[in-house]
Amino acid sequence: MDINKHFPRALEDEAIYIIREVAAQFEKPVLLFSGGKDSITLVRLAQKAFYPGKIPFPLLHVDTGHNFPETIEFRDQLVAELGVELIVRTVEDSIKAGRVKEETGKYASRNALQTVTLLDAIEEFKFDACIGGARRDEEKARAKERIFSVRNDFGEWDAKKQRPELFDMLNGKIDIGENVRVFPISNWTELDVWNYIKDENVAIPSIYFAHKRMVFDRDGMIWSDSEFINKTEDEIPYETIVRFRTVGDMTCTAAVSSDADTIDTIIEEILEAEISERGARIDDKRSEAAMEKRKQQGYF
Amino acid sequence: MDILRIATAGSVDDGKSTLIGRLLFETQSITKDKIEALKAASQRKGLDFVDLSLLTDGLIAEREQGITIDVAHIYFNSPNRKYIIADTPGHFEYTRNMVTGASNASVSIILIDARNGVGEQTRRHFYISSLLEIKNVIVAVNKMDLVNYDQAVFEKIKSDFNEAATQARKPGQNISFIPLSSLYGENIVNVSEKMTWYQGESLLQLLESIPPISLEKENLPFRFPVQQVIRPKKDEFHDFRGYAGKIASGSISKGDMVTALPGNQISKVDKIYKFDTELESASQNESVVITLEDDIDISRGNMLVKVGEQPEFSKQLTAQVCWMDTNPMRAGSAYLLQHGINRVKTKVSQINSSLEISNFEEIANAEALKLNQIGVVSFRLAGPIFADKFEANPSNGAFILIDEFSNNTVGVGFML
Repeated sequence: MDINKHFPRALEDEAIYIIREVAAQFEKPVLLFSGGKDSITLVRLAQKAFYPGKIPFPLLHVDTGHNFPETIEFRDQLVAELGVELIVRTVEDSIKAGRVKEETGKYASRNALQTVTLLDAIEEFKFDACIGGARRDEEKARAKERIFSVRNDFGEWDAKKQRPELFDMLNGKIDIGENVRVFPISNWTELDVWNYIKDENVAIPSIYFAHKRMVFDRDGMIWSDSEFINKTEDEIPYETIVRFRTVGDMTCTAAVSSDADTIDTIIEEILEAEISERGARIDDKRSEAAMEKRKQQGYF
Repeated sequence: MDILRIATAGSVDDGKSTLIGRLLFETQSITKDKIEALKAASQRKGLDFVDLSLLTDGLIAEREQGITIDVAHIYFNSPNRKYIIADTPGHFEYTRNMVTGASNASVSIILIDARNGVGEQTRRHFYISSLLEIKNVIVAVNKMDLVNYDQAVFEKIKSDFNEAATQARKPGQNISFIPLSSLYGENIVNVSEKMTWYQGESLLQLLESIPPISLEKENLPFRFPVQQVIRPKKDEFHDFRGYAGKIASGSISKGDMVTALPGNQISKVDKIYKFDTELESASQNESVVITLEDDIDISRGNMLVKVGEQPEFSKQLTAQVCWMDTNPMRAGSAYLLQHGINRVKTKVSQINSSLEISNFEEIANAEALKLNQIGVVSFRLAGPIFADKFEANPSNGAFILIDEFSNNTVGVGFML
């Protein structure tokens, strides 16, 4: 048995327990859905947690307007299948309302702007718990995140004031205006997620698999060509076979050159890969502590 | 495949982060871009080697001060199992984090700097490992390279540790000693050639030989705290009434007779579900939905146990408490007590004794229990909890205390 191709079932039991605690301890929980594999995994876990009942909370998608069209198509199909409520709030509206200002220049992205849209949505719907697909293995600041992570009135994270989490006991008590970010798959690694998707035969957006795409090269990474990215004159698009390892916004997710077109070949590829998952996230490269700073401001 | 959860503890500069970095590096758990980033960061700091400790020191303040502040979780796979390390800070003001990080661990690695030997921190770390009933303790004597890999240094630390550990030692606890150098990878994955006098295994070999925890817990009583009652009210499942929860300990099979606490109603297990799959039986840590043959009134916070295996429960209890808040606990103060998922109001009747963990000074009939102190405390409860003695059944024997004004988790209790 190759351990790297095997999903530890204890992780599913733990995640289901956490999701059930959210439904029991909070009045208005929501599941943050990006269309990426981690949030798709969360939806699957929620479906299992309440079966034969329905998922008792809505999904929230913060739409940057720069999503891959394949992701949106996938999202709408999944929602229809499960009969779960979907709420969409757009960065576009936040820009129009003057809540945020569009970035300019070569690296312009709406990735940082979505924090404001998310915090506004939390306030609008009075969500007291937001379930997210963050994992501790993704990044150094995330390695220190609790499973129930309390955010103040302004959505901010204070690493030094985290509640101790003992055994499996979760304390979700908060004051009005505060909210808790909940991370049921905290203890999963990227491989665990892929092995789970394989075991469970969960559908994922097509862009995770190798496909033909117009791309261009920048800073040693492959960028998907799109009208949302400001290219310089010498950045000339060409067609090649790529896939995406994470699915974020088109302006902050790099493609990898790959011909992995099944879950099995994707798992093989990850096992051999020399670049970590977040290494393909352009937004993390801005500084060594980029993630921690964004988290302090309320980013997921 | 099983998961082995490890807690690591050591004083500032014992080389704990380097040890973990080394384990990740040697098990090929670090990708190339992360190693490149490490090299660049090491160069910026003016080092002439790759500083593996930078892998885990995640927060800005930690990198500035070169210390670990909060519990970090780190993951790696060996050929046999998945490992989760809770890396906890060593300095005493963060003892609460050590208890937190170690609460889920079945192995505790205590680091000692070979040059400094057994200190107060070492005693504290061992005390907490024992308090949490951690069965496997590995004493890693690090930085052997700085004492010329001298056997005498190692043997001295070993006998000092055994002497210091006598009091807190638990029956059945396995304590192993390993001399190592994290910086040079000696005795981490392979047995070192620099310390031929050491006859034991390398750190990873030792970890690999620890049996899966599931094997140890087979004989515990069945404890099933009900998280939620699932009533779909769909046509297809019109009369469905299932109890969702994670089995805290023991196991259950179809047809077993169970008692629902606190009502003491008895019924028979009809079906056990995991999603749409029906199981014959299920055991500790599995999240399942159980249906019973009779319609009885059960709600969140109730517990299913096997008939004849009830825990004793009353509205009074005594527990060992580790205090984690800057506001001390005082006799007469009220808190919320959360046992598993079950919350009840509680009042402190008496603080029978307190132990200052920084110097092991014990006070009888203490007035207050302060941050990082451990005491024996009696409580009165507004309602019952269905707990076992921590020593007998750790996964159903602990609770947390919540301050109703700050909402913070302010303490953890271990049932006596």
